[in-house]
Amino acid sequence: MRIHPAGENALIVYLGEAATPVVSAQVQALAEGLQQQLGADLIDVVPSYASLLVIYDPLTTDHMAVSRCIRAVVAQGTDTETGGGALIELPVYYHSEVGEDLESLAEAAQLSIDDVIGLHSGAEYRVYAIGFAPGFAYLGEVDERIAAPRLATPRQRVPRGAVAIADRQTAVYPAPSPGGWNLIGRCPIRMFDPDATPTMPVGVGDRVRFVPVTREEYLTLGGEL
Amino acid sequence: MGFTVKQPGMLALLQDAGRFGQHRIGLTTGGPLDKRAFDLCNALLENPVGTTAVELSFGGLELVATEDTFICVTGADAPLTIAGEEQPLYTVLPVRAGDTVHLGFSENGCRSYLGVADGFKVTESFGSTSTVVREGIGGLQGGKLEAGDTLHCSAISTRKQLQLPAQHRPVYSDELTVRVIPGYQLSHFPRYQQRRFFSLPYTVSTRSDRMGYRMEGPEISCDIQGILSEGICLGAIQVPADGQPIVLLNDRQTIGGYPKIGAALSLDLALLAQLRPGQQVHFTPISQHEAHNALHLAANNNVTALFEDLGT
Repeated sequence: MRIHPAGENALIVYLGEAATPVVSAQVQALAEGLQQQLGADLIDVVPSYASLLVIYDPLTTDHMAVSRCIRAVVAQGTDTETGGGALIELPVYYHSEVGEDLESLAEAAQLSIDDVIGLHSGAEYRVYAIGFAPGFAYLGEVDERIAAPRLATPRQRVPRGAVAIADRQTAVYPAPSPGGWNLIGRCPIRMFDPDATPTMPVGVGDRVRFVPVTREEYLTLGGEL
Repeated sequence: MGFTVKQPGMLALLQDAGRFGQHRIGLTTGGPLDKRAFDLCNALLENPVGTTAVELSFGGLELVATEDTFICVTGADAPLTIAGEEQPLYTVLPVRAGDTVHLGFSENGCRSYLGVADGFKVTESFGSTSTVVREGIGGLQGGKLEAGDTLHCSAISTRKQLQLPAQHRPVYSDELTVRVIPGYQLSHFPRYQQRRFFSLPYTVSTRSDRMGYRMEGPEISCDIQGILSEGICLGAIQVPADGQPIVLLNDRQTIGGYPKIGAALSLDLALLAQLRPGQQVHFTPISQHEAHNALHLAANNNVTALFEDLGT
């Protein structure tokens, strides 16, 4: 573990050098431990792949005290269950009608479209981080056979629900936005709804599995074309 | 009712102290870019800390009052008139129903804060009224103020007409030294590159906004291209492949994968956000100890003791 200064009231804790389920679980455990230990002195945390950004109130505590607390929580250890949090199933309508890059991705990978769908829906992913936009969950890792680089020219507008791949990451766009990921399908479940409770179906540390559905099922579940 | 927006100006946003504790779902903080001017506005109005006010970038706002109340404008130097009469900044001023409040284009600095007695009444989203346009969250339906919008506030008949004497007001010059706490990927920036960053001047790019202030100047190189995406704190200074640093502000994205050399002190970010494109910035390193002291001293500076009551 390494602790680096981040800013006037923030420390960043690196728990590993790569994103693995074990490191991700340690990030989660540290975030929870600090919430209990620091209470109101903790302003916010940002869990990510292998690090935790810890933001504290500089008028009620300081970097020394927070560092000590981080070390204590890490030293306590956790019988980290790498299994992670809840398993969430997300339906996906995989088709070039809504997945504009499905065919080109299959071609580049020298796979059939059914193989691509099989590989994407056949794995269980972990929510490593949430960011970029409200509710944008970074899921990893996709099978290396369907890993695909970002588009050279990002799209001006990717629709809400777009299921996409970039390198070995996959995600469901929570809202329309510009984006450079490869689109392979669409999910009818809203990944971020400010008026819903909870606002997101997944949290960092949860597990996600994509379930292929037909066009008809997609529309019945509220999907839009 | 309270006020009707006649002209929204370049960018008028309702802001409170910011949105905290929501990074886990990807929400940024928002909040006033010049926290000191925002805090002074509320202090003069005797509002609680963090009461919702309007942040105006570059001026050009016109409101019509529909209630009797008191307002106060702080921040950038801009001509203020109420019912056609010139009025001072950093002063609590009475407004009558029917009066037009006009804040012209700013001449020095570029962020103004218009507060009202007891604050604008805005429904909170995720614990805050702060508007983040990129997220479509906060303010009125998540956007900037538009002509025809209604700003709700209470009718107020008495309030002390406090003023901050001119010599105590923040001064926005065209050159600024920003204190930086070195950190994050500092060790990946070769010593020579660190020296360049902390000794040569930069200018504010035209591509600067509430997400970040881009700098133009000496290119800084780092021995790594990218990092595993990680949390970004307020003021973090990221250096993308083109070597031009970006100081990340209130509407920054919460995680990112560019190397960062450290983060600017918030007290200086307030002044940085008042700079316009073309103005000059120097960066100087300070320790975490010094940053801690600076924040405590600023918090203990009892500015309300300097207020003068102008009476009625």
